[in-house]
Parts: sequence; C-alpha cells; structure tokens
Amino acid sequence: MITKVRSHITQNELLLFEQSSPGKKGYQLPDLDVPAVDPSTALGAANVRAEIEGFPEVSEVEIIRHFTRLSTWNYAIDLGLYPLGSCTMKYNPRVNELVARLDGLAWAHPYQPESLAQGAMEIMAHLESALAEITGMDAVTLQPAAGAHGELTGILLIRALLEKRGNPRKKVLIPDSAHGTNPATAAIAGYAVENIRSNQRGTVDLAQLERIVDQDVAALMVTNPNTLGVFEENIKSIAEVLHKKGALLYMDGANMNALVGIAQPGAFGVDVMHLNLHKTFSTPHGGGGPGGGPVAVKKAFEPFLPLPRLKRVRSKWTFDYQLPRSIGRVRAFYGNFGVIVRALAYILAHGGNGLRNATVDAVLNANYLRRKLEPHYDLPFQAPNMHEVVFSDDRQAKYGVRTGDIAKRLIDYGFHPYTVSFPLIVRGALMIEPTETEAKRELDLFAEAMAAIAHEAETDPELVRSAPHSTRTSRVDEVTAARRPVLKWKPESPTVKAAD
Amino acid sequence: MLEACGLESAEQLFAHLPDDVRLEAPLALPAGISEYEIVDFFRAHAARNALGYASLLGAGVYAHYRPVMVDTVVSRGEFLTSYTPYQAEISQGTLTTIFEFQTMICQLTGMEVANASMYDGSTAVPEAALMAARITGRRRVLISRSVHPEYREVLRTYAQHGQLTVQEFEYLPDSGMLDLEHLERKLDSATAAVIIQSPNFFGVVENAKTVAALAHKCGALLIVVFTEAVSLGILEPPVDADIVAGELQSFAIAPGYGGPYAGIIATKEQFVRQMPGRLVGETVDSRGQRAFCLTLATREQHIRREKATSNICTNQALIALMATVFMSVYGKQGLRELAQQNLAKAHYLSAQVKLRFTGPFFNEFVASTSGRSPEEINRALLKQKIIGGLPISRWYPELEHSVLLCATEMTRREHMDEVGRAFAPVAAVA
Repeated sequence: MITKVRSHITQNELLLFEQSSPGKKGYQLPDLDVPAVDPSTALGAANVRAEIEGFPEVSEVEIIRHFTRLSTWNYAIDLGLYPLGSCTMKYNPRVNELVARLDGLAWAHPYQPESLAQGAMEIMAHLESALAEITGMDAVTLQPAAGAHGELTGILLIRALLEKRGNPRKKVLIPDSAHGTNPATAAIAGYAVENIRSNQRGTVDLAQLERIVDQDVAALMVTNPNTLGVFEENIKSIAEVLHKKGALLYMDGANMNALVGIAQPGAFGVDVMHLNLHKTFSTPHGGGGPGGGPVAVKKAFEPFLPLPRLKRVRSKWTFDYQLPRSIGRVRAFYGNFGVIVRALAYILAHGGNGLRNATVDAVLNANYLRRKLEPHYDLPFQAPNMHEVVFSDDRQAKYGVRTGDIAKRLIDYGFHPYTVSFPLIVRGALMIEPTETEAKRELDLFAEAMAAIAHEAETDPELVRSAPHSTRTSRVDEVTAARRPVLKWKPESPTVKAAD
Repeated sequence: MLEACGLESAEQLFAHLPDDVRLEAPLALPAGISEYEIVDFFRAHAARNALGYASLLGAGVYAHYRPVMVDTVVSRGEFLTSYTPYQAEISQGTLTTIFEFQTMICQLTGMEVANASMYDGSTAVPEAALMAARITGRRRVLISRSVHPEYREVLRTYAQHGQLTVQEFEYLPDSGMLDLEHLERKLDSATAAVIIQSPNFFGVVENAKTVAALAHKCGALLIVVFTEAVSLGILEPPVDADIVAGELQSFAIAPGYGGPYAGIIATKEQFVRQMPGRLVGETVDSRGQRAFCLTLATREQHIRREKATSNICTNQALIALMATVFMSVYGKQGLRELAQQNLAKAHYLSAQVKLRFTGPFFNEFVASTSGRSPEEINRALLKQKIIGGLPISRWYPELEHSVLLCATEMTRREHMDEVGRAFAPVAAVA
C-alpha cells in the first residue's frame, strides 16, 4: 500500500528546437535612442556572423509552458524528503531568494567604487565572522565557488605554508571512505594520493596512520563526521600524529550539518577546512549548483589566503590586494556573492541557538531512521551515527536485489532515493541523510516504504528490479548513452520515439 | 522520537563524542530573527550600495536586461530545490533543459560539444588549459595580455604547482589587437595551447582564424575565451578554436557583485573524453521513449577519483537554466537585434570620447582621458549618479590615462551625453 503518492497526468513536451518556426518571438526591445550602426562597417564584414543556425524561435506562452511542463518531470525538496547522504538536502527558505534579488545587491557591479559597495562588503564580512565562529577557525575566505573548489583552495594553502617552511612535501593521505573530489583535488594541486584503509569501525586507523605519516606527507584530508556518518573519535590524536611529523589536517566540511553548535573543528586540531553553503547553510542546490565553498583556516594560513581580502580601515570596508604571500585568486571577483547573501540570511534567521537546534534535529532524525530501518536492512558499521546512516543491501542481494534497485523502487513510493553505492567501503551502500527539516510523518512514510521494499525484495524481487513503474520515464538506458554519446539535438537525429 | 531511539534527551545523541571535543559554550552569534527583520537587514545593506546609479562598467560583467520569464522559471521549486540529476527517471526536467543548453551553446559558439556548465568564465580558463595539456601531452600555455586580468590570475593560481607553465604575449599598442609576431616568436613545439579572448578585455574583436593557423602549425591548440556572450549574437563564432571557454553572465544573470555566474567549455567532438564537467546525453528508457541522463561519467571525480579530468562536482545548473531561458526568449532573431542595439549604443558612446585603440569593438572600448586622471572624471560623473568607466592602469601600467567604458541596450543616451561632457577638456567645460 503506497500512501504518499498516486499517479497523475503530466504533459508531454517537445524540445524547443522541435517547436521552433521562423518568425516566432518571445521578446520585445525598446526603440533605439541612438542611430543604428551597420555591423559590417563597425566590425568588418568578416567578423559578422550569419544567423545562428538552429537557434530556437518560439513565443512567450510556448516558453512558459515548455519550462513549466519540464519542471513537473522533476522531483524536488519542495515535493518531499530527499535523503541523499552527504548532500544535506534541507528546505531552502524562500526569504533568502527574495533578499538575494534586492536591486542594490543583485545589480551591484563587482568593480563599482568601494564607497558604493559598503553594504555588499559588510554582508561578506558578517558571513566571514559567523563562519569563523561556527568552525572555531581564525580566518575565512568566501572566494571558492563550490566545495571541490574550496578543497583546491585549501590544499594550495597547505602547500603554500609547507613551502614557506622549506618543503611542500609529496603526498596527501585520503581515507577510502572519502568523497571522490578529495583525491581529484589533491592530484590537481600536484600531490600524489595515498589511500588509507578504514578500520573495523569505519574510521581512521590511528596506529596505521602513525606508521604512514612521514616527511613526505603534506596532509590528511578527512571528512568528519565521515561518510558513514560516524564521528572520528580520535580526531585530536589524528591531528597530533600529523602535526608531530609536520603534516597538516584538512577537513572536508561536507558533513558540517552534524557539528554546528556541537563541536568546532578549530578546537579539535583541524588546520584548514571548507564548508558547503549549499549543504549546511541551506542555499538551494538548483539541480546541481550554484554553491559556495568558503575555506576556514588557522592563523598561520592567513597570509596565504586568496586575494583580495576584506579589511576594515577606520569605519570603511576596503579590499586589500597587497598580499605578497597570497596563493592568488581562485576565481574572478569575490566569490558567489548571491549564495553568500542566502547563507547569511539562514544564519541570521536561526541565530546561535537555532543553528544548534537544527544540528540536534538532524542527528535525531538520522538516528530515528536508523532505528526504524535496522530490522529490515543490514547495518555493516555499528558505531553511533550522527546526521546520516549507511546500510548495505546484503540481505536483499540474496534475492538479486541491489541498492540501485531499492533506490529506483523508492521512487514509486514517492521519495527521492538515498545516495547509492557510496561510500565505497560498504558493499552495496544505502547512504541516508534526512536532515533536520523533515517532520516525523515524512520520516515514518519513508521508513514504511523502505520496509515494504525489503518485503518485496523477498517476495517479488522482479518488481523491485524493474522499478520504477509509476514514473513517466521508466528505467533509463545509461549504457547506451555512454556508448553512443548524443550530446546535442540535431535536426537529423536518429528517430528515437519522441516523448509524444 | 527520542523514545523510539531509546534516549531520554537529545543531548544523549552526542554522548559518544569525546568530552574535550564537545563545545560547551553556546555559539557567540546573536539570537535568531524573524523574516521581516531579515528583509529589513538586507534592504538596509542594499541601500548602502549604488542604488539608483547608472553605470558604464563592463570588464567581464555586463548590465543586460533580465526578462521576467527568467526568474519565473528558476523560482519553480522543481528546478530550484532539486539536486544534480543522478536519478534520471525523476530528473527529466533538469536533464532536458541541460540538453537544450548544451545544444544552444554549440549553435552559439560553433563548437560540436558543450558541457553542462563550469563555475564561471575565470575558472573555465584553467580547466580548458589543463584539458589542452592532457590532449597535447605538453605543459606550456601562452596567454594574451588582453585576456581579462583576473582570469589570467586564476590561471596562474591553478598553474603554480608545476602542472602548467604560463607565459604571456603582448597586444599591439595602437590597435589593441594581438601582437601576432610576438606570439609567433614564443610559440614552439612545447606549447600546449594559445589562449586569447574575443572581444578582448579592451573590447577589441580579435581574428581567431590567424591565431588558429599559427597555433596549429606548432601542434598547439587554440583556446578562445569570451566574457560578453551577447557579442555572439552578431560576431562570427570562434569556429577555428579547439576549445571555447566562456562566461554567460550576460545571459540574464544578474551582476550580483561578482557571482554566481556560469561558465562553459565547448570543444570538438574528438576531445570530448578530455572535457571537465557534467555532460547530458540522449538515450531511451525501457519503454523505448526518448530520455536524457548524465553521461561519460568515467571522466569525473566520483568515478575516477585522482585520475579524473577535473575535481568539479557542483556546477552552476540553475544559472545555466537562466541562460537557457534567456536564449529561448530572445531566440535567433532577438539575440541578433539585442547585439545590434549594444553595438549602436557603444558606438554612440565612443563618439563622445577619444578612443585609445583602433581595433573594431562590440559594446566596450578603452577611452583615453587625454592626460586627465580617470578618477577625477569619474568623481564628476558620480555627482550625476553615473558610475563611470573602469580605470585599468592597475593591470596595465602603460595605460595610465585610460578607462574601459561599456554600453548595453540599457544605457541611456542622456547618460552617454553626460559622459561626453565629463570627458571634454576642462577649458571647454568652463
């Protein structure tokens, strides 16, 4: 019995190019108040293009219908629980959208005089100091555009400090439970990657770490709580082991939603870390971005932060470009300011106590789901979990039902799937992060759905394997997509049966 | 819920954390405030920015009109509050719009494939340079000094750890166009790529065809950067490039004090497997209906880890959607008309001042202040609530008495006339 959803009609829709016909338009420009200019004269005939072949020509009503119809083919937080582990899909407050669009902020040009940008600069300064307090670190840069970009910034900062000490070192240690961005980042920053195995608890093995860390190790990149949702209990000793050998501790803050108001990375030995504004601080994921990846550091790293730095001179904010030891810019201008505005709005709404309450609720929700799902799914790591919990498909695999199948079947029950097959240290992982913004009723419906699917896996495995059954698009052939890539629309495209 | 978890208080959830790790004091942040107070806070801050000013700033960020349709579409929760479309069956909305985006970027740039977006134009440049290094197996890139200075700084940051060597080549002091002889002297068989921007930072339109020929003769790739996407409504697309790295801010993305924007990388089909970033491809579902999904993921960090083509994960999907809606609204005819209006306005503005360079320009150009300080002229304009052009000597010491001025379809004639008066020799004003 599926209580959360029933099917309803959705509209079919062609691609814009397929609706296009010559002369249709959805825009109107004002009359020019200056003389027109002949393009060939102004630019040179060779520089003037022919018409943009294939570009759409559609009317305004066709455009609104097109995108509205397409939108109904998406699942979203606004429709229900979105329990993607390590993605922190929490509610995105709408007031944040409104304030980010205020004229004085949305239309501010990054090169307008500082005297006419004091409001924007103060917003940035506010967020820098709030994030420093939340993380227990000494300084923050808001320039990185996303989490992975923050990682790169952080590793470059570590390299810069080590270089100043005389040796940038050769490798970065990364636990096998880490996000794929960590090793990719270390490689781009010019480091060799050494993967280290997690222990029985799924955490960093301190004894092993002690054996491995030597003069070649620049840093350990650790996610805390890790991707199992387990807090690295030895984190202080881990930091000590590294620091004793002159290596540094980088923390991936993807899971900071478990720690805000509860523990400060700065107090447990972290040297450099990034935050994901689109996770912990509720800025919308937007189908994959934009995000924000501020980096928080200890005092020793401050001279190396990307330029420019915000600085208060008497009563005015100014940008300081005189930073000879800076790693340089990681992005043009000052970061994803619109995302910064939204994150600050979130922090202001919650206040210190509200942020802590959110953390408590996030951890409670995850533990509640753990209790509810434990009877039905295998829990390979028994350590207490924080904001997310990771099961395996061990029991269901016996019937030929894997985590990816369970995920697809969840769709029929009206939920977005959890994170599938990650972390890699769990075979057939189901990584579940409900966040604090879900009420008990939604969690109960989810738990019921998961229990029902576990039952189906035993009694009717094919039903699960061939899911989803109720979506307008059934299981998508990703293998063919990769084998014969069709990456853009062509008028002569092989005739696959269009949606209508 | 606590009871179900076998707990007496929520604090017990954290009992397993070591004592010396737990934060005892509350966070030193003020108490939470209401929605009304939040709006008030940001309104007050917005009012301390340049509210109600006209602006002649460009330099990589352009004030173009944003059709109402754009925010109407991106405010839909189904687009705003969804995640990266890994689960194709319930993400066809996002996937279809990205497929349309990739198609339109190809049509616009003359390239064969385009990715689903990068963070912005500035970070697309080093990603394109690293891509060229992978394709050619070489590590040296040559970048023109007329590429946006902040883009060049970002490239240097990415390159600084031995992955790439970056060298710059000059522009011609009279035309503002590339110094091809200087480029030719620097080009050699170790060069992975030549990077140029068109229109360049000075607004001058470059001849990519000639540069392509020079680069290809040495086995190097040509990377063409653009910061003003509206220019592609009228300018010949960079079809001779091997990689195009651009910024779409002009396509209905608010200047927003520097971001978020959306970058793109587009290239030839043969290089697709060396591309960074997400790609959406067409396929079918199990019932044989057309469907879209993320594809060629074996290039990406979540599969390849340290061997990935980039570490990028989050991109700019919602911002790319803004650009997609913008391109749909203007369409084939509108984008050209929009570009023509920009061209006309900028040429009207240029007639009010003295041009520093002779090269052809689209909607921005460098004006000479004839020995007067740009700051002094800008102070006069600010009194009229006009933000003047950008002094560029901080990046180009040789261009001391010069400002970069931009006009778009939103620039009004009376403001441009005001600029003319401010630039006029002091005697004439008196």
